[in-house]
Amino acid sequence: MEITGADLVVRCLADEGVEHVFGYPGGAVLYIYDAIYNQDKFQHILVRHEQAAVHAADAYARSSQKVGVALVTSGPGVTNAVTGIATAYMDSIPMVIISGQVPTHAIGEDAFQECDTVGITRPCVKHNFLVRDVKDLAETMRRAFYIARTGRPGPVLVDIPKDITVAKTKYSPPAQEVVMRSYAPVVKGHQGQIKKAIQMLVQAERPMIYTGGGVILADASEELAQLVRMIGAPCTNTLMGLGAFPSTDRQFVGMPGMHGTYEANMSMQNCDVLLAIGARFDDRVIGNPKHFAQSPRKIIHVDIDPSSISKRVKVDVPIVGDVKDVLKELIAQYEAAGKDASAQQKSLAAWWEQVETWRGRNCLSFAQSDEVIKPQSVVQKLWEVTRGDAFITSDVGQHQMWAAQYYGFDKPRRWINSGGLGTMGVGLPYAMGVQMANPDATVACVTGEGSIQMNIQELSTCKQYHLTPKIICLNNRYLGMVRQWQQIDYGSRYSESYMDALPDFKGLVEAFGHVAMRIENPADVEGALKEAFALKDRLVFLDFITDQSENVWPMVKAGKGLTEMLLGSEEL
Amino acid sequence: MKHVISVLMENEPGALSRVVGLFSARGYNIETLSVAPTEDPTLSRLTLTTGGSDAVLEQITKHLNRLIDVVKVVDLSDGPHIERELMLIKVRAVGKEREEIKRLSDIFRGHIVDVTDKSYTIELTGDQQKMQAFIEALDHTAILETVRTGACGVGRGERILRV
Repeated sequence: MEITGADLVVRCLADEGVEHVFGYPGGAVLYIYDAIYNQDKFQHILVRHEQAAVHAADAYARSSQKVGVALVTSGPGVTNAVTGIATAYMDSIPMVIISGQVPTHAIGEDAFQECDTVGITRPCVKHNFLVRDVKDLAETMRRAFYIARTGRPGPVLVDIPKDITVAKTKYSPPAQEVVMRSYAPVVKGHQGQIKKAIQMLVQAERPMIYTGGGVILADASEELAQLVRMIGAPCTNTLMGLGAFPSTDRQFVGMPGMHGTYEANMSMQNCDVLLAIGARFDDRVIGNPKHFAQSPRKIIHVDIDPSSISKRVKVDVPIVGDVKDVLKELIAQYEAAGKDASAQQKSLAAWWEQVETWRGRNCLSFAQSDEVIKPQSVVQKLWEVTRGDAFITSDVGQHQMWAAQYYGFDKPRRWINSGGLGTMGVGLPYAMGVQMANPDATVACVTGEGSIQMNIQELSTCKQYHLTPKIICLNNRYLGMVRQWQQIDYGSRYSESYMDALPDFKGLVEAFGHVAMRIENPADVEGALKEAFALKDRLVFLDFITDQSENVWPMVKAGKGLTEMLLGSEEL
Repeated sequence: MKHVISVLMENEPGALSRVVGLFSARGYNIETLSVAPTEDPTLSRLTLTTGGSDAVLEQITKHLNRLIDVVKVVDLSDGPHIERELMLIKVRAVGKEREEIKRLSDIFRGHIVDVTDKSYTIELTGDQQKMQAFIEALDHTAILETVRTGACGVGRGERILRV
């Protein structure tokens, strides 16, 4: 029996096991929406802006290991989605974005709501397709899902002209896995390289383990924990990798980088063997690459993407492969190397003594106050009230760094933020996606009064679908991170970083039909959080009026070396 | 150093723009580019020449390999290879210069493929140095038009790039 392209899209999604699709209708996708109306395999979540659809699908993937799916119309539907797609691309998130396109015969004629979708999205997708024949539609959809979730994951866009959605073709569910001659990701690491790595690790006197989002994407946290404990080395997780190794473990030395801990950065620089796993030595993590390379340490780099290796930092032992697979191999061979456990401890004792001295600087301490709410303390209280077991999404800025620094993540996929692209406005749609993927989980969005306004319309989506994240707004009446840089690098000239005429968030949120509180007194922080999380079936917006002048410490200024850290305002 | 990179890729719409887009997005330079389908019409063979340090070339080949449409990539400059380019050059040829240009073209094993009473169009194949040498040998004021295909290349002997 022949079915329409629109019905075929719906069937393909169902056959891929898709349960939720985030989207927004429009002219070019009306046949697809008509097909959605007549099916019950997946739920469609109607957002209020296409950017939020993509962010929500992105967080759905981040928090669940499933491929996120977004559906948008042609032209402005796509251009609104681009920020979301680029955000997912930078963080290697598996997603399929389906976009409508004007009918095939109208392409190139500057038709209403036409844009060159494949051209516009090309630099920010893992791959994209324009479907030109309904007969190719099913295979294209399958390839899209396959490419999105395998290898180094990433967003894949399928652009479907309207006439394709009404044309008819036969459909039979796929029998076997996709095979592509031009795409076959490496899984197994090179044995010779793994042996070399083991030799280095066994002989290391000051080993250090540095892991990124790749460990979480590969679902390899257990293997990581096993290897870290086996080697006995300090371990740091990047912003994208938080939760891969438990933050409450003694071997965890905090996050590295621009706002990393003193002990993490010092260990990164002063180790003799650095084992990097699923991380990419980006500028926010290692600072100035020339300074970073001054240390004579040996570097082992495990990554599924060969182009991540020796991109910014020359490495000694590259291992290309699936992180989980390579970790298993490293564990087996490290064990086989048979290094005596007590000898191991002894040989690392001096190194740990050094690491503990650095940790003793207590770089995350801050001055508490009875008069003004310290943003860091809100995050600490949030951890206490949620017993460290919530899904935390964040936007981008100071609040993001404080959430990363002070909410200790013990599990992977609990910390959802835009690490690579640094997209303000992701926090609320991220919370929606996380909540859809994990309906019974506690979800909180740590945001600021600047970021939240970038997608605040999604409060309406939350109302429609009874999504109940708790929104922790650290409101300092400044674009805080911009203000901090202006204070430090631009002579305290606060150019356009003060948000005058802020809305009355309480009134605004209540107008959307949710609960809101404004908290100004430090003594009320804990009570407000408890009250909010007790309201399990409501979205609660907590507007914390925080210290306007607080900065994120430590800080490595852009272009500086990793160990050239500023530890507090007194060093300015 | 100049490198000749050969890419075997799916003959799909948009595949070429993925290659070109990669170079512009990452700040790499393409000096020449030539592309056409192979004996198998589902595959295209692309040759490009580029320059850069070893580290840059390593990244270029890695990123090319990462493109979903790319089947195989080889840096021909890594080993013995043949490199050819075709040039059509139209020169002013009047008076006693006519004979001189004809002789020069013969020396470079060029063919005169179009003649008017005022001009010759010469077809020349060879590597880039030969093209350059011929251009330099001509009187610059005589050159009316220069059209070059850019290099295409193939590995010598058993160095074969195919699916």
